[in-house]
Amino acid sequence: MPDPVVAMPNATRGRGSWLSAVARQRELSLLAIMFVLGGMVSIAAPQFLTSSNLSQVAVQASIIAVAAVGEALVILTRNVDLSVEATIGLVAYAVARLLELKAVSPIEAMVIGVALGLVLGLVNGAVITLFKVPSIVATLGTLSIFRGIDYLVAGSHQVPVAGLPGNFTSASSGSFLGLPIFVVIAFVIVLVGSALMRSTRFGRQLYAVGSNPEAAAVLGIRSRLVVFTAFALCGMLAGVAGVMWVIEYGTINGTAATGVVLSVVAAVVVGGVNIFGGSGSLAGAAIGALFLGFIANALILVGLSQFWLQAIYGLVILGAVSADALILRRVQQATIEQRAR
Amino acid sequence: MLRTRGRLVTLIAATVLLAAACSSSATTAPVSAAPATAAPPSAAASSAAPASAAAGGITVGYLPKDIVNNYFAAAKTGVDKAAGELGGTVTEVGPPTADATLQIPFIQDLTTKKVSAIIVSADDKDAVAPALQAAMAAGIKVVGFDSSPAVGAYNVFVNQVDFSGVGVNLADWACQLAPNCTGDIAILSAAATATNQNAWIALMKTTLQLPKYKGLNLVATVYGNDDAATSTTQAQGLLTKYPNLKVIVAPTTVGILAAAQVVDAAGKGATVKVTGLGFPNDMKPFVKDGTSPVFGLWSVPDLGYLSYWIADKLATGEIKGTVGETFTVPSLNGGKPYTIGADNTVILGPAFQFDATNVDQFNF
Amino acid sequence: MSASTAPVVRRRSPAGGLLRWESLLVVALAGLVVLGNALSPFFLTAGNFANLLSALMEVAIMALPMTLVIIAGEIDLSVESMAGLASSLLGFLWMNGVPLWLAIPLVLLVGALGGLLNGLLIARGGLPSLVVTLGTLALFRGMALIVLGPDGVSDFPTAFTAFGFGSVPGTLIPWPFVVFVAMAIVLAIVLHRTWIGRQVYAIGQNSGAARYSGVRVARVKISLFVLSGLVSALAGIILTARLNTARADAGTGLTLTVVTIVLLGGVNIFGGSGTIPGVVLAVLVIAVMQNALRLASVTVQVQAIALGLLLILSVVIPTSAHQAKSAFDRARAGRPPPAGSVGQGERSSPTKEEEQG
Repeated sequence: MPDPVVAMPNATRGRGSWLSAVARQRELSLLAIMFVLGGMVSIAAPQFLTSSNLSQVAVQASIIAVAAVGEALVILTRNVDLSVEATIGLVAYAVARLLELKAVSPIEAMVIGVALGLVLGLVNGAVITLFKVPSIVATLGTLSIFRGIDYLVAGSHQVPVAGLPGNFTSASSGSFLGLPIFVVIAFVIVLVGSALMRSTRFGRQLYAVGSNPEAAAVLGIRSRLVVFTAFALCGMLAGVAGVMWVIEYGTINGTAATGVVLSVVAAVVVGGVNIFGGSGSLAGAAIGALFLGFIANALILVGLSQFWLQAIYGLVILGAVSADALILRRVQQATIEQRAR
Repeated sequence: MLRTRGRLVTLIAATVLLAAACSSSATTAPVSAAPATAAPPSAAASSAAPASAAAGGITVGYLPKDIVNNYFAAAKTGVDKAAGELGGTVTEVGPPTADATLQIPFIQDLTTKKVSAIIVSADDKDAVAPALQAAMAAGIKVVGFDSSPAVGAYNVFVNQVDFSGVGVNLADWACQLAPNCTGDIAILSAAATATNQNAWIALMKTTLQLPKYKGLNLVATVYGNDDAATSTTQAQGLLTKYPNLKVIVAPTTVGILAAAQVVDAAGKGATVKVTGLGFPNDMKPFVKDGTSPVFGLWSVPDLGYLSYWIADKLATGEIKGTVGETFTVPSLNGGKPYTIGADNTVILGPAFQFDATNVDQFNF
Repeated sequence: MSASTAPVVRRRSPAGGLLRWESLLVVALAGLVVLGNALSPFFLTAGNFANLLSALMEVAIMALPMTLVIIAGEIDLSVESMAGLASSLLGFLWMNGVPLWLAIPLVLLVGALGGLLNGLLIARGGLPSLVVTLGTLALFRGMALIVLGPDGVSDFPTAFTAFGFGSVPGTLIPWPFVVFVAMAIVLAIVLHRTWIGRQVYAIGQNSGAARYSGVRVARVKISLFVLSGLVSALAGIILTARLNTARADAGTGLTLTVVTIVLLGGVNIFGGSGTIPGVVLAVLVIAVMQNALRLASVTVQVQAIALGLLLILSVVIPTSAHQAKSAFDRARAGRPPPAGSVGQGERSSPTKEEEQG
């Protein structure tokens, strides 16, 4: 029986390969910009290019990157998950509190955290696919609910870093093969995720559902299952990010990770994932996170007050999405011209 | 058809509201009429009679900046203790984030419920003023603590520490921790608009002008917004940007903890010291390992205790809250009387210094 | 156009199912009023009602143009930041001696210009509104921070703050409520009685078809975003008056509440249906609910959970009812369910090419 994805209409297939070429360009151009910017910034602030600074930027960016990979999976299916920050916060508090109460070992706590993220992702998936609630509405609702649960559980308690096991938080500064552990974790997740996307039926179905839901439905792809799985994975990765959050920041209370959703979605968009679904890469989302962290760090070091950061973020997002549209238009022009010949 | 139904629906809703509006009970004083610059109302309110003003049995609303910061949880232990001794009930209300806009509805609802007194730490001194003045007009006593509402929007403000004293303390500690009282220092504060932190920092800067501190060079003031993650990032930025930094001064319990963690994690505890205002429980490990040999605070539970005590005495009429008035609180201040000073302010006491010799004795 | 192969779409006429939703809202409102009265003797008082309304008025005012934007199939996430920019700018101008009668129109103009930026990028540039307004959410807030920095400006004249916090003389009706009601009436007339309103619905239901019918899609959309920006600036000014402080972080977090109210009011997130009366009712429902819960000393945590549940239920209930009805109808007619019904809870959106012009 022919692979349904291969049998998809030519235009979509053609578009797919065009866009993957474009996507690769996006990641490369981001890296190129970072390179050039890095050079410029290091003239003004030589501390920028030190390994301690760069690894710090990378470590903090990897938390967002992990969440961004999950968010990218969801956005690829033409949905959005606004509740990730609440998942990260709730998981972070749960893990920190369990460790403070000495109820479980560090490894157990981390597993519980990731599992909790998975459960929250399943809730999102269920509300969206079983109850047919549009994802923007559903995750707006779960954002409120999960954060409410977080506040309820945490109250005014703050888990101090002293409450955590001795070497738990030192993992954020540890390294593996010369790279910070967090960066390795993010890297591995991107690798595994990309392999999943490229080589498995699920991955291809994910792209199909996002780029052309009607065609996917006609071809018998179980869209609901695909979307459900995407949200489950997003929740799980947010859980991983939550565990990393505890390790990095140590002190956790009910408001942990408030406001993070902007950075995560921005990272995904800047990384070249199309908000209409169907194109973009997980690596792009991760690089987008790194890019944004990079800019934030450069601003601080160059001496621009922290009040400029928001405005620059906004300009970066607008720039990225405009570039996306320009490229897409050129691709479509080229496709039309090609067909006309 | 839509238009008729739509209009019908709106008409029903409007009727519901009007009916409610017309059924106002006689004892409710209007709560939305006070403009911001009205003079503070006299203590004698006309119509509204707040809940029983007899000694004991008062109801108090406790409204901190936000209900997530454990600083206010610590203060509440003192509030509860006083309520237990003096007899009375305390309800804690407040927003999940330090947002003045969110504090206003709570003040209004406490006013509607006619509590005897409100103990409040203001997120923004002017934003909460109209609502507090309306409460005062309704006969409710308002006791500010930690972060003051605007002058005129409270009966008494309990200042946790003598501002100028803290300013000197902060400068002194920085001087102690910098080698030969010389080197780069930086400040990591809370929110950029926080009244108390800004006052302390201003006084610290004034103190730094004195000849004794001329070796210290204040290179930066950054804001952590009392958020652990932001404070961490800002502290890391300081370390990177100023490689010769000797001391980080953080006059906020969230900031000092984040800064100490960052310095420790970077392994720079020997060359970069952290000081400021912090909880003993949080900072014990950093005193032990030398990152933060000296810092300070005050008894936060005592702050809560004093605030409740004053609220109770105001509600029962035992004290009036006027400038110059003195009173004694049995278990505080070593039995010495407090005096209400300018702007109806009472000062809890001087900042208390914690270091290796005494930090283990405290548990908050 | 693949209309024939399009899966079952939740297409509702502007009337029809929504009226049932509004009736549900009225019932909910009545129920909440009864509940509130049971929870606290102070609930059914004029003072209390004035309070519960005043707390939500800036959000309510912003929800009105947001309704039209969402009906047209777009979204504007930048409203809270424009309110912040307006507050910041007003404070800055006032601090530098510009009189209010000049500063306020200037600030409103900036609001309109910000909306214009959104509108141009979205309608002419063809960029997705979710991302563009996410970008301007950050950009406008950033501009607010740059203009005023961390300072607050609070020595506004009494007349100004009385407008924000005070009420119509002789009554307890807050001034901002008057603004809200006036705006609601105007927009209700525009949306439900004029050709402009029909255009908005048409664009939301099928912008390609609307364009082919002669509707100037881009022009209408740009106007809606300009309106949204203008009204957000107005909300920022009112917020400044009510708080008697101009701050760069004014309005933080309001966008979610605005969108929640609009969705709760029965507006379909994908556009094409929804009413102003529904949104007005949603404002009242949420205001009453929050107040009743506060008076009953229910904690904010539980309130947040309640709000989220309410939002989700507001979509689940009509969808389930609709599905039940369709299943019932199909069973009656003996027809099988359509194959491959879309499981994402979503319908396809026309490609951006069709929306140009």
